[in-house]
Amino acid sequence: MTGTAIFFLVLAIVLVWGGFTVSVLALSRKPDRHDFPPGGVDDHREDIGPVERDT
Amino acid sequence: MSATAGEHGAAQPREMWTGQVGFILSAIGSAVGLGNIWRFPGVAYENGGGAFLIPYLVALVTAGIPILFLDYALGHRFRGAAPTAFRRLGGGRLKWLESLGWFQVMICFVIALYYTVVIAWAASYFVFSFDLRWGDDTAGFLVGDYLQVGDPGFSFTFVPAVLIPLVIIWVAAIVVLAFGVARGVQRINVIFLPLLVVAFAALVVRSLFLDGAGDGLNALFTPDFSALADPNVWIAAYSQIFFSLSIAFGIMITYASYRRRRSNLTTPGLVVAFANSSFEILAGIGVFATLGFFAFEQGVDVAELEGLTGVGLSFITFPAIVSQMPGGPIFGILFFGSLAMAGFTSLLSVLQVVSAGFQEKFGLTPRQAATRVGVVSMVLSVLLFSTTTGLIALDTVDNWANNIGIVLSAVLAGIFAFWVLRKGPELRYHLNAVSTFRVGGVWTLLAGVLAPIILGYMLIQRIVSLVVEGYAGYPDWYLALMGWGTVAFFVVAALVLTGIRWRRSPDAFRPWPPLPEPTQRVDAATSTEGGRS
Repeated sequence: MTGTAIFFLVLAIVLVWGGFTVSVLALSRKPDRHDFPPGGVDDHREDIGPVERDT
Repeated sequence: MSATAGEHGAAQPREMWTGQVGFILSAIGSAVGLGNIWRFPGVAYENGGGAFLIPYLVALVTAGIPILFLDYALGHRFRGAAPTAFRRLGGGRLKWLESLGWFQVMICFVIALYYTVVIAWAASYFVFSFDLRWGDDTAGFLVGDYLQVGDPGFSFTFVPAVLIPLVIIWVAAIVVLAFGVARGVQRINVIFLPLLVVAFAALVVRSLFLDGAGDGLNALFTPDFSALADPNVWIAAYSQIFFSLSIAFGIMITYASYRRRRSNLTTPGLVVAFANSSFEILAGIGVFATLGFFAFEQGVDVAELEGLTGVGLSFITFPAIVSQMPGGPIFGILFFGSLAMAGFTSLLSVLQVVSAGFQEKFGLTPRQAATRVGVVSMVLSVLLFSTTTGLIALDTVDNWANNIGIVLSAVLAGIFAFWVLRKGPELRYHLNAVSTFRVGGVWTLLAGVLAPIILGYMLIQRIVSLVVEGYAGYPDWYLALMGWGTVAFFVVAALVLTGIRWRRSPDAFRPWPPLPEPTQRVDAATSTEGGRS
């Protein structure tokens, strides 16, 4: 391989796989917020679900 | 009869992913599909090689990720598949915006009909790899022996070698969908995605040790900076990002709606977007190292090779390479196995959009929706695409569904969400209220202004090209029926489905978190937690 091609291969890997690695690390360090607005607890009665038939 | 029966019966809880990892794996499984393997490497090579990295990354950051966030915000805030989400987005004034959701559902419905066929081909070639059944003339084998391709038109001469794996793929997809989001779609993704990465990584490692691999990588990564002055190269980069990320046709809206309300959206979105691009880079390395070997064996330059993208790359060029390679059957098994797995997890996401849309509108359970939608789709898929005219129909429908249908859907979603309804601040507030990576006003600019303009330009350019030049030399009557007719079907079906009465009205819904008063909104927007795009 030529030096230029190797440079761009490495650049692609560093930028794209690096972006992936950084975002995974950021997510693992802080998976969720700790200060959600009040409410927002999932309650099925708030959702529109399919009608339940048991006959 | 039970007290719970009838229209006012108790509602089942909305289906949920089991957690963040399940959602991320499923979203990556959706994004990583056939296009990552057979489209990206050739597009990059033909549009500047290493220099393509620049428009590609610009497109990822300025359009791919912003539209992905828009889809997440719509699905998560309005808690529904595309029709429900757009109806609730429209509110009392624009309830008919539901039709844009059905337009997206219909795109998915049609894509599923032929995407299944390509997975069936990959599954067949996976089996053929064991004894290299395609022989020396791989093009002749594909078109003649395997697909038995006839002239453009309609044929009811079924090709059993396609029909049988096609039915098997459909049955498998219906069974997975019937198990629901967590026990079906997520479980398959959790198994298939790691398998896909391992299988494809093994293929890439093997390809790097082939004679001529360096020449192939030279061809892919040597930059041609003059290409950056060509607007078509930039359009190619935006197209690649746009079609690769599963955005703007309901998938990410539907997937985000299955997340708990208190869920991080943007940082997992970054993981999904970069994972998708990472797989594309991996595919580029594997495919071009292999093409370098093929050129070396032929005694020609990589530039002289043909069939570097799409069906030609996968089902003509690669089988020819496999036949010449030491340990070829194993390489073929890895390649076509990867193709089938990547395709199947993407297919599930496309079908989930259709299933979820019908579940919510008609009050169906996942099992009912999977069987009803699935069986109808399977029959249509078999009738249209497992015959001797299947390849031509697939090629035509795919071109119009993607280049006209999906792009039009993206432009309309941007225009209505940001320009007509002016919901940009609300959607941005939603993303920031639940996410660890905060988006700034630039997100509104990118998703609401830049993306619709670029995509609108792409749409107009493509429409003009199709009207003036036609497509692939097919007869005009055929393109009118199977191409423009497909888009007409999207529109008519969307309007008809919008006109049908909901089993349970989705309108009594209050989004969480409620939008604060303007002064509080400013405080929330300037809060300093997390990063900022």
